[in-house]
This record gives sequence, C-alpha cells and structure tokens, in this order.
Amino acid sequence: MSWFEAKAEKAKIPAAKELWAVCPKCKSHLPKEEWKANNAICPRCNYHGRLSARERIAQIADEGSFKEIFREVSYSDHLDFHDATGDYKSKVEATIKKSGETESIVMGTAKIGGHDAMLGVMDFGFMGGSLGTGTGERIARACEEAIMKRLPLVIFSASGGARMHEGILSLMQMAKTSAAIGKLKDMGLPYISVLTDPTTGGVSASFAMLGDINITEPKALIGFAGRRVIENTIHQKLPDDFQSAEYLEKHGFIDKIVERKDMKAFIAKMLNYWGF
Amino acid sequence: MKKTSAKAKAAKVTAWDRVKLARDAKRPHLADFIKLIASDFEELHGDRLVNDDRALIGGFATIEGEKVLVLGHHKGATVEENMEANFGMVNPDGYRKAMRLGKLAEKFRLPIVTFVDTPGAYPGDTAEARGQAEAIAKSLEVFAGLKTPIVVVVTGEGGSGGALAIAVGDKILMLENAVYSVISPEGCAGILWRDGKAAPLAAEALKITAADLAKLGVIDEIVKEPAGGAQNNHKLAAANVKKAVLKALKELKSLSVDELMARRYNKLMQMGRFN
Repeated sequence: MSWFEAKAEKAKIPAAKELWAVCPKCKSHLPKEEWKANNAICPRCNYHGRLSARERIAQIADEGSFKEIFREVSYSDHLDFHDATGDYKSKVEATIKKSGETESIVMGTAKIGGHDAMLGVMDFGFMGGSLGTGTGERIARACEEAIMKRLPLVIFSASGGARMHEGILSLMQMAKTSAAIGKLKDMGLPYISVLTDPTTGGVSASFAMLGDINITEPKALIGFAGRRVIENTIHQKLPDDFQSAEYLEKHGFIDKIVERKDMKAFIAKMLNYWGF
Repeated sequence: MKKTSAKAKAAKVTAWDRVKLARDAKRPHLADFIKLIASDFEELHGDRLVNDDRALIGGFATIEGEKVLVLGHHKGATVEENMEANFGMVNPDGYRKAMRLGKLAEKFRLPIVTFVDTPGAYPGDTAEARGQAEAIAKSLEVFAGLKTPIVVVVTGEGGSGGALAIAVGDKILMLENAVYSVISPEGCAGILWRDGKAAPLAAEALKITAADLAKLGVIDEIVKEPAGGAQNNHKLAAANVKKAVLKALKELKSLSVDELMARRYNKLMQMGRFN
C-alpha cells in the first residue's frame, strides 16, 4: 500500500465509527441504528449500555410528569483550576454548551408508575458524570425538598467519581450528600439507589451505595478503585466479571439486578410495598 | 518578572514540599501522638464480621482528664510495621471497626478524636469484594449522625475517600505541613497532565495545603509545626495538637446535642455552597 492509499484508508475510519456501535463488554459490532433501537442494550450479551439523563427520565417518569428543579445550580470554579490541556472553566462551559445540561445530575419531581417521587438522574456525558459542588448541592437540596414534601428519593448514578478539577470541595460532596441522605432516611423516607454503568470512585463510595435498596442493570460496572490501579497493587490479572453488577450481587452489595424494560415497574412496586 | 530575594525564595514552601513533608517517614505517626498526648490508651480490636484491620486503630484514651475514643490511620514507622499496617491503606473491615467503636462512644457520650494520615483506602481485589465503596459511604453517613462531639486532626496525608471516611466531624484541625486532597498529585498528574512527573504542578493546582483548605472553609484551624516540620520535634508537634484538641473539645462539650447536630449538618451543607 502506498503512502497516499494508507492515508485514504485512515480517513475512512471515523466514518465506520459513525455507522457501527461496538459493545464494550463482548465487542460485538452492530449498526448504530440497531443499538439505539434496542435501547442501548447489546442483543448478544445483554450488557445494558449508557443512556443520557434525558433518555433515562423519559423511560422512568410517567409521561409529562417530570418537573426539573435546581437547573440554576451549576458548577463552580473555586480553585481557578488549570491543567496541561487548559482551564476547567472553558472545559465545563464547552460541555454545558454541547450537552444542554448545567450539571452532571438532572433533578426533578416526577410520577413513577403513579407514585410521586424526587428523581435524580446522572449523565455520564457531562464530564464523566463527575461529582462536583453543583452535583452535591442539587442532591442535598433534593433531600431537603423531599423531606418537606414527604417524597421518596430515587437516584440513577453514572459516574467516574469525584471531579478532581474542583479539588477538595468535590471530595466534600461525598460527605455532604451522605449526610443529607442520612437525614432523609432518618425521616422515614425511602431512598432507592440505581447504580448504572459505570458507578465508581467517590460516587459509589457515597450516596450511590446508601440506598435502602441498591439496584442495578445487567453487566454494569460498579466499584471503588479502577481495575488498572488494583492490578498494579496486587500484581495479578483480575477476572472479567470483576466489579460487574453480577459480582456485586454475589458479594451482597446489590439487592437486585433489574432489566431496563422492568426498571420502572420494579421501582413503582417497591414504593407500593412501602406505602408511598 | 519580579525579582525575589534569595531569602524570600527560601522561605516559600511549595505545595509539593509539603507533600514530601507530609509523607516523611520520620514524621510523628498515630502511635507517637497517642503516646505524647494521652495518659493512657486501651486499644479495642475487630469489626465483628471478618477481621481486625491494622491500618485503622481505635481505642479509649484519656487526654488531660478528658475520656475520649481515639480513631486513626496506622502507617507504622518501621518496615515491619508498614507491612502490618498495609502502609495505612484501610480495608472495608477498618471502616466497619471505626463505625462500631464510634457508636460505642456515642452510647456513653464520649467525644471522638480522629487522626487522619493515609495515602488512600486500599485498592485491592479483596477490598472490593468486601465492599470498599459501601464501607466508606456508610462511614460518612454514620459519622455525620453520631450524637457526640467529633474532633478531626489531619496529621499527614489526607488521601481522598480513605481519609474522609474518618474525617467527618465538628472541628477539623490540620497540621501546617499536612495535605488533604481528592486525588494524589501523582494520580491527578497522570490523568490531566498524562505524566506522573507533573505531580508538583498538580499539587499546586489542586490546592491541598492547610492554608488553602482554611481559605476554602474545609478546615477550621491550622496547627503550627516546629521549625522545618513536625519530624524535627515530635514533642512540640504533639503538644500543639494536644492544645488544639482540648480547646476544640471544651467548645464542643458546651453545646447541647441538638445544637451540635444542627451545627455539624450545616457545616457539611456549606461545603462548596454558593449563591
């Protein structure tokens, strides 16, 4: 192959990427249209792929019932953070412009199968779903609001963990959200945590693991430390199913793995059992 | 560029300098602080589930007549101790022990004093299998709600969630050269600079020193260290810590339980709050 042919070959690759989806778990290729039509679920291995917050809300909230709140609570650049690739402010502003979201969790009141609830859904597309001060503030305010209105709380997590661009204050959001959720639970209100792919680091190590029940979807990645960090620590290769939904259920940290098609009905059923 | 005198340059301690001081093997560790601050200490073991984690030590102690529960990360000073203590990297069992003892202190209305010094929670396969994420999360929830005063002293490395799990309290004290961060400077440099060697830059950008944290409202008081750092004079460093802890305890004990709980909750809610 001559150099110009190789160049032309290279130029074709992005086009292929636009047409084909690759399942990150079983590496199956399938047309993007089909992946979307199948609700981002791999037809081959049943991996439940990522959804945007808005897609998720459309599947969980009764039609037209979702009323967004706290949209004005957004990120804050307390540290005036800069790294090798630029400053945090420009990065997050670009994300806001592109995604139309103003933080990594979308919060609102909704009806779920007829049950009134406070519903928060994280968006992995917003800076990896990272937990920033705005995210923590939305969750804390949601707990206060839920206590006032006697609403159950349902949160769908999808996050790589704390947002390091917000430094120590992002770490503090772990304590803040956990304290707020603790208060909500003390008031006799239920909290259902749905850990979706992926939920790791500071989010799994705070509000996401504190549900009265913790549920998840097939093959979701859930854990504290990253796979590579652990492999470097123990000098061993980890099994494929390590930190999967199935692994977490086996070890007793997940109440149930729920298929996406059954998720709304399952949440409604639990709220019904508990009288909400 | 502005000229700085040699003297002013020498006086400027960078964030990275403090990271190195915070990790200095000769720095006073938990055992030193207990020995120098408390007149007695009775260690209690185990999480009642599977293990006694040696990276997190707990027990009752008397400090100048004040009966308290002491909890702290144990790094150890010798290689043998380092190995026994897993270099201060706590497993879920350690956090579950801390919660168990914290509830015991609450039962008898005894204040809790915690000493924070860890590179981070243990990132191992067994830690994941036993629920590292759940153990840290539960600790945050439990310590936020314990109805007894909690004084936290960050003495060395405040390594992310592994530190925070025993650092939720009413008064947060921090030694002058200690650091406290969401991620290690090396980890952050590896991700955002794509070069672990950029750690000094990351340390600066992350704002992890006691002075930075005081400005951000994350800590309440900076505890002075002897000239050059706590490693130069354990006795003096411990005396300063003791004084600050006793002052904090006196203030917190004057509050009713309701006041204490409302203050702690509001303190947490103010973290990163903006208008």
